[in-house]
Amino acid sequence: MSTKFLSIHMLSRALLYAVLLIGALFFLAPLYVMVVTSLKDAEEIRQTSLVSLPHAWNFEAWSLAWDSACTGAQCSGLKPFFWNSAWMTIPAVLLSCLWGALNGYVLSLWKFRGSETLFAFLLFGVFMPFQVVLLPMSQVLGWLGISSSIGGLILVHLLAGLPSTTLFFRNYYAAVPKDLLNAARMDGAGFWMIFFRIIVPMSTPIVMVTLIWQFTQIWNDFLFGVAFSGADSKPITVGLNNLANTTSSVKAYNVDMAAALIAGLPTMLVYVVAGRYFVRGLTAGAVKG
Amino acid sequence: MQKPRLEALIPKLVVAPGLLLGFAFIYGFMIWNGVLSVTASRMLPNYELVGWAQYAKLWEMDRWWVALKNLAIFGVGYVGGAMALGVCLAVLLDQKVRAEGFIRTVYLYPMALSFVVTGTAWKWLLNPSMGLEKLMHDWGWQSFSFGWLVDGEMAIYCVVIAGIWQSAGFAMALFLAGLRGIDDSIIKAAQIDGASLPRIYWRIVLPALRPVFFSTLMVLSHLAIKSFDLIMALTSGGPGYATDVPATFMYAMSFTRGQIGLGAASATMMLATVAALVVPYLYSELRSKHHEH
Repeated sequence: MSTKFLSIHMLSRALLYAVLLIGALFFLAPLYVMVVTSLKDAEEIRQTSLVSLPHAWNFEAWSLAWDSACTGAQCSGLKPFFWNSAWMTIPAVLLSCLWGALNGYVLSLWKFRGSETLFAFLLFGVFMPFQVVLLPMSQVLGWLGISSSIGGLILVHLLAGLPSTTLFFRNYYAAVPKDLLNAARMDGAGFWMIFFRIIVPMSTPIVMVTLIWQFTQIWNDFLFGVAFSGADSKPITVGLNNLANTTSSVKAYNVDMAAALIAGLPTMLVYVVAGRYFVRGLTAGAVKG
Repeated sequence: MQKPRLEALIPKLVVAPGLLLGFAFIYGFMIWNGVLSVTASRMLPNYELVGWAQYAKLWEMDRWWVALKNLAIFGVGYVGGAMALGVCLAVLLDQKVRAEGFIRTVYLYPMALSFVVTGTAWKWLLNPSMGLEKLMHDWGWQSFSFGWLVDGEMAIYCVVIAGIWQSAGFAMALFLAGLRGIDDSIIKAAQIDGASLPRIYWRIVLPALRPVFFSTLMVLSHLAIKSFDLIMALTSGGPGYATDVPATFMYAMSFTRGQIGLGAASATMMLATVAALVVPYLYSELRSKHHEH
C-alpha cells in the first residue's frame, strides 16, 4: 500500500518537473535560437538546422550589427542608436525617480484637502493609451523647439512616467508610521528636514524598484521613439526595427538576431542582476490604490 | 505668523508642478486630441471644425474594421492565452518545487525585453521558409508547412503567439504572488477532510484568486489595446494592412498618411475603450481602500 502510494507520488513529481521543464524550454528556445543564429554565417544558416550549434564562434554578425549594418539609408549599425538610448534613458530615469519621490512624499505624508482625489485622477495616466497624447505632444515639442531631439524625448518620458513613479513612492511612503512623523515635527523638523533625514534613508528598496521599472520602460519604448525622434536622436528600438525591417536585397538573419540581442542586453542584464525589484515593480503596477 | 504659513505652503508648491504638468499631459492632451478629431486636419493640424465627419469616415473604413477585428482576435488570444498559461505555471510552481527561483526567472525574463526585440526574434522563428518550417523539414517532417506570417488571414495569430510568450511569465508572477497570499490552514483543513489536490485547487484556491484574476485581466487587456511595437516589429501591420490594430492604424493615419483628424478620432476610440475598462476598476479599487481605513 505505502510503496504504491510512494510510486504514485514519485510519478506525479516527475510529471510536475517534466511540465515545468517544457515550460522553461518554451521560454528559453527563442533566446537560444537568437544566440546560435547570431553566431553563424549566412551559408551555415541555410545549411544547418535552426537549433544546431554553430561550427565555430563567429562574431562577424555582432560586429556588423554594432557598427556597419544598414538601417534604411544609414549604414552605421546600432551603435549611434544605442548611445542615443543611453543619453535619453539615464537622465530620464534619474529625474523621474526624483520627481516621483517628491510627489509621492507629499501625496502620502503631507495630504491636503483634495489631494486624494487629485492622485486618483493622476492614476488614470498609468493606463491611458499614449496614442491620445501623440498629436498634441508633437505640436508642443515643436513650440518648445525641442522636437526630434533627445531633450524632447526625455521630457515626454518624464511626463509619461510621472503617474507610475508617483504611485510607487506614494504607496511605499503610506506605510511610514505617523508617530515617527509627528515626533519629528514636534522636534521642529520641517518638510525638507523630514524628507532628507528620515524618508530618503529608508527609500532604497522603492528607489531600486522605480529605477529599474523606468529603465526598462524607457529603454524599451518604441512608440514615443518612432513618433518624436529625428534623424540623429532615434533610440535603439527604432534602430532595431529599421534594421530588421529594411528591404535590402539579401536578408542577413544573423545580423538581425545579433542586433536584437544587443538591444535586449541592457534590460536583460538589469533583470538578471536585480530581478526581484523588477518583479516587485510589475506587481505594484497591477495592484493599485 | 508669516513663517508657519509659508511652511504650510511648501508641500503644495512641491507637488504642484507634477500635478499641473501631469494633468496637462493626461487630461489637457486628451481634450486637445478630442478637438483635433472634430477638425479637418490632414498633413498639419488645423482648427476648421467639421463635426463628427472624421468619426463617420472612420467607421466606414474597411481598414478600421480590420484593425478592430484584429484587436478582438489578439485581445482574446493574448489575454486568454497568457492568463491560462500563467495560472497553470503558477499552480505547478507552487508545489514546493526545487530551484523555484531559477525557474521563475526563466519564465519571466521575456517581460524585461522590448516588444521590438520579441517581434524581431519571432519573425525569424516563424519565418515561412527558414524558421520553424525548415526545422521540421530537417527533423524529417517533410510535409510540414507554416506560412502564417505571410498569410493575411493567419498572420495575426503569430502576433498572439509572440505576445503570449512575452507576457505569460508576468501573469504567472501575479498569480504566484496571489497563491502565496492564501492562508495555508484552509488548504490543510481541506486535505484533512480528504479532498484531493486538484479538487482543492478547483474549489478553494482558484476562487480565492478572483481579485488577482481581475487585476491581471485589467493589466493585460489595456496592454492589448495599446499594443503597437510588437505588431510593428513582427508584421509591420502587413501583409497589406491585414494585421493592423487600432494603435498601428492611428500611427499610420497621423504620421505617414497625412490624416491627422482621422488619427485623432481613432485615438479617441482607443481612449474610450481603455476608459470603459479601467475607470470602473480604478473606482472600485480606490473605494475598497477607503473602506478598509
